[in-house]
Amino acid sequence: MPKPVDELPITTGDDVVRVRQAVRARAGAAQLSLVDQTKLITAASELARNTLVHGGSGVARVETVERQGRRGVKAVFTDHGPGIVDVEKALTDGYTTGTGLGLGLGGSRRLVDEFVLETAVGEGTTVTVIKWTR
Amino acid sequence: MDRVPILSLGDVLLVSIQVDLQDESVVALQEDLAERIVDSGASGVVIDISAVEIVDSFIGRMFATIASLSKVLDAETVVVGMRPAVAITLVELGLSLQGVRTALDLERGLAALRRRRAERELRPAEDPDGSDEAVEAVETPAATGD
Repeated sequence: MPKPVDELPITTGDDVVRVRQAVRARAGAAQLSLVDQTKLITAASELARNTLVHGGSGVARVETVERQGRRGVKAVFTDHGPGIVDVEKALTDGYTTGTGLGLGLGGSRRLVDEFVLETAVGEGTTVTVIKWTR
Repeated sequence: MDRVPILSLGDVLLVSIQVDLQDESVVALQEDLAERIVDSGASGVVIDISAVEIVDSFIGRMFATIASLSKVLDAETVVVGMRPAVAITLVELGLSLQGVRTALDLERGLAALRRRRAERELRPAEDPDGSDEAVEAVETPAATGD
């Protein structure tokens, strides 16, 4: 039996790659379609990078979930960084506080079925995403 | 950190991405490519992503950066082999890859570069002093007599 939850630290660029691989393994096992797998892995890549770049470091938890007979893959990204002051703005395409394109948050929200962002200034940010089988 | 190898194919540089790229490798590839373009005088760069499972905003931005970088260094970049699922995801993510030339596969990518080179050699008049092109258009025969 695989572990119920993969818990992966995010402190380096290599860790971002490992998060992608963990999400890929779960998405394949949950039998998400190839396009949905690709979308979820891409969203996870953006969010893991956000955790590293904006949060300083953090952790990703990846698990397979089930609801009303549908399977899905859930990924939770938590950091204890500065938090997000203006969530609306942070979700707007093109808005960035770093050197990126500002597509990370808004873009990854479009790629998944469920997206929850919790943040508190000075305490950190948690982003939860789920992609369901069709 | 994995370094992506750059192969030489005539006057084209070929980059075939076979590993799951971390951000540091992406940045290193940009720098390596710029150096290789200048050193080799390559007229084109082909980036083969047929083995790449995801292109996120960071990797997508690399394509745009390499495309403009190579243009400044008088070379054209073509990204080839994008998987359908990757294309769908890129568009939904909001990345338009503006300024990046693409082709469905390596063969078409190389053909596009050949066409571009031929056009450039045929139209020296476009350049106010077309002397550079005129010189370029003459095929230099290999000096060695083997």
